[in-house]
Amino acid sequence: MLLIILLFLPLVFALFTYLSGDRYAKYVALAGGAATFVACILFKRPFMQGGLNPITYAHAWITNPAISFSLSLDGLSFMLVALTTFLVPLIIFTTYRKEIDNAKSFFSLVLLMEFGLLGVFLASDGFLFYVFWELALIPIYFIALLWGENQDAAFRQRAIFKFFVYTLAGSLFMLLGFIYLYQHVGSFSISALYGSALSDNEQSILFWAFFLAFAIKIPVFPFHTWQPDTYKESPSAGTMLLAGIMLKMGIYGLLRWLLPIAPHGVALWTPLVLVFAVIGVIYGSVIAIKQDDLKKLLAYSSFAHVGLITAGVFTLTREGFQGAAVQMFAHGFNVVGLFFAAEIILQRTGTLSISQLGGIRNVAPKFAACFILVVLASVALPTTNAFIGEFLLLYGVYEYNTWLAAIAGLTIILGAVYMLRMYQLVMLGETNSLTASFEDLNWKEMLVFVFITIAIFEFGLAPKMMMNMMQPSLDLILNYSLR
Amino acid sequence: MNTLIYTSALGLLCMLAEMANLRKLILPIAVLGLCVIFGFNVADWGKNAGFYHNMVVIDNYSVAFSGLLLLLGIFITLLAGNFYKNEESKISDYLAIIIFTLSGALALVSFGNMAMFFLGIEVLSISLYILAGSKKKELRSNEAGMKYFLMGSFASGILLFGIALIYGETGSFDLGQIAAYTAAVHPSVLFTLGVGMILVGMLFKVSAAPFHFWAPDVYEGSPTLTTAFMATVAKIAAFAAFYRLFSSCFIVSIPSYAWVLSAVAVLTIIIGNFTALNQDSFKRMLAFSGISHAGYLLLGILSLYGNTANAVFFYSVAYGISSIAAFSIAIVVAQNTGSEKIEAFNGLGKKKPMLAAALTIAMLSMAGIPPFAGFFGKYFIFSEAIRNGHLGLTIVAVINSIVGVYYYMKVVLAMYTKDSNEPVIKLKPAYSLVIAVCVALILLLGIFPSLLSNLL
Repeated sequence: MLLIILLFLPLVFALFTYLSGDRYAKYVALAGGAATFVACILFKRPFMQGGLNPITYAHAWITNPAISFSLSLDGLSFMLVALTTFLVPLIIFTTYRKEIDNAKSFFSLVLLMEFGLLGVFLASDGFLFYVFWELALIPIYFIALLWGENQDAAFRQRAIFKFFVYTLAGSLFMLLGFIYLYQHVGSFSISALYGSALSDNEQSILFWAFFLAFAIKIPVFPFHTWQPDTYKESPSAGTMLLAGIMLKMGIYGLLRWLLPIAPHGVALWTPLVLVFAVIGVIYGSVIAIKQDDLKKLLAYSSFAHVGLITAGVFTLTREGFQGAAVQMFAHGFNVVGLFFAAEIILQRTGTLSISQLGGIRNVAPKFAACFILVVLASVALPTTNAFIGEFLLLYGVYEYNTWLAAIAGLTIILGAVYMLRMYQLVMLGETNSLTASFEDLNWKEMLVFVFITIAIFEFGLAPKMMMNMMQPSLDLILNYSLR
Repeated sequence: MNTLIYTSALGLLCMLAEMANLRKLILPIAVLGLCVIFGFNVADWGKNAGFYHNMVVIDNYSVAFSGLLLLLGIFITLLAGNFYKNEESKISDYLAIIIFTLSGALALVSFGNMAMFFLGIEVLSISLYILAGSKKKELRSNEAGMKYFLMGSFASGILLFGIALIYGETGSFDLGQIAAYTAAVHPSVLFTLGVGMILVGMLFKVSAAPFHFWAPDVYEGSPTLTTAFMATVAKIAAFAAFYRLFSSCFIVSIPSYAWVLSAVAVLTIIIGNFTALNQDSFKRMLAFSGISHAGYLLLGILSLYGNTANAVFFYSVAYGISSIAAFSIAIVVAQNTGSEKIEAFNGLGKKKPMLAAALTIAMLSMAGIPPFAGFFGKYFIFSEAIRNGHLGLTIVAVINSIVGVYYYMKVVLAMYTKDSNEPVIKLKPAYSLVIAVCVALILLLGIFPSLLSNLL
């Protein structure tokens, strides 16, 4: 029953937010986000002790086809729910300074999206998963479309529309996959689907039906073409939602639904996916080096990072799984920090063009310190959270194939190249007319960075707790995936 | 049985009211009357009975579809009051024709005999010919009426030829006896040919490709309310009749025509969707999208040997209420801006947020996005098609639903991202009521589809 409250809190607060009017919407939304985070923390205890039993809730929903409203919270889901419920209020908080048109709609859409995201991470019925998966898409579509800041509205509409159609296309194939499974298994419940015995050929078809949906969402090369423009054109809060949380839906989907349900299909296509993923890592990094637009650079870097996460998942090794889980958690915080820094720069200088910036450190030392911390976390410096993840991921890939690991390992070098080059051009050097009046961080902005820095070092120095929480669920998934 | 008789009587009453000078009362009487008939219809639930030597057969299938058609009829009647406000002297004529059309539609879902089936088709069609051409001084409306009449009577002729051939083979118009014949005797060439002609006639009536060419012009030229009527009541009734006819006595011939039906379904979906992409006119876009919806429904007919009545019914409900919501908003917008183009919706999101939200929900429902009714409609149809072995067709249909998203969202984009200087729109209470009820139903059925999905 508590699970239901956790899931529906954002929805209830979305309604309150809408009713509270433009003036108070921000505060109500923030309170809603915070309340959901508190509700989430209440579930922490059993997972801290490494408990294997998920907390579940089930209620009959639709009789024919048999679909139940069943939720399940295990260690893996808990980490993602915690990530979501932590980041959403933080993202709401980052907008405190902006005057947002029609704020009540904006913030209720953010909370509505949180509702969809929580549903995706909690659902233990395939159909329910699909419904929440789509539900999370509609709010972000409107957020990106209506509150994007770029001047060229026609371009923005095209970019966002491409994103919408692309992801919807992927998910419709997933729906076909679920229908196909239902015809063969007679149930949508995750346990029945895990126990399904399908022929290799059927699993191969299923693999593509699901993989398309997840690969587009993550995005994996070559399904990524919607991503850079969408990240750039969305308002910063939207980009943070997309990169920080939404793409985890895809990785979570791979782990929770694709690998255990169609292990033979996965085994068949693993080499291809790994090659795609590694190409994505290199390709994203190389393009990131050439970018002049800060948000686009971050978009490509995020694309490169998730390529490595995908590779880790598909190695089907314990380390690969651990790395993927740790890294998707870490990536959530780091990417939000990076896009927040970009937002601050955009607000104060009015540009994101790296070549026009420079010397910000001279006028804003606090900002420079915070920014470098996030940049270093993102290039996986030891003691930061991303280091653990990236190390485990590369170890996993190494176990699968040495050469592949060698190529994927270039990400560390390339990542350092584009991130530090960006930092150097933006923050160091001579102060110019654009950056001369750069105002340093105020306490509210500091607070956001403090939260993110705590996350970076807490999970970088003591990853054990988080890994213990997820380990039972990951082992279970690994067992099913190696059937 | 009561449903059909009372509806016809209500139509007559509307005509008589003109003589008794009760013009002001006629609209409330019609709406109330239809509501009462809806109640009688619900009371027939669970009965299985034939009347007049099985001319009319009442079963759950007919009751369910009658209920849907009556509901849509009530919506249309409510909208009619304001729509014809400039022609107050003729309101009783219009209402009478609308209700006669409805009685034809009701006959189409409850026939037990070919004669009754043909009668239903003709009552429905002839009334619609008049409604399509009812704007006497508008060239487009005249064209629509004429085109619809010529094409429609041609189709009726082919249909009648088919019925004659069936009669020649089986010696009966009665569906039960035809079914008995097909069970006893291997169907002859003439029988199969007859079924083929009926098939062509029906494909014509439901505007499936390649027999769809009349639909866009007729839909665009007719007064918008008539378009709404044709797109919902007429199309759903024709589909219900199509399903009833083929599932009750022509099931043996389905294999002979399976490839034709498959090809027609694919063609209909593709042509409908891809032509809708480039339309500027909202009505024309809905006309083409209606063609593609007919294609999805054909998937249900194609797999009817697996008893897909539930899926077809649910899809019809979802399509019907979403279309009524979309058309009523289109009428409101067109009355205010004088334009039926998609640009007319510009800036609606700022001026009338609730109306824009309602249209967004209707569009998302038609595009088949959860958690709206249209999603489950598509879901049920697709899963029946897969269950009956049409995986390839379903994949084509799925790809096309993605194309569908594109043009449905075009309207949403226009509402939210573009501005216009048109004055603020005034909304009549009848329209608010219809739109609110439709949106509530779309949400209700999207969240609790079980309410209707196991009815039949």
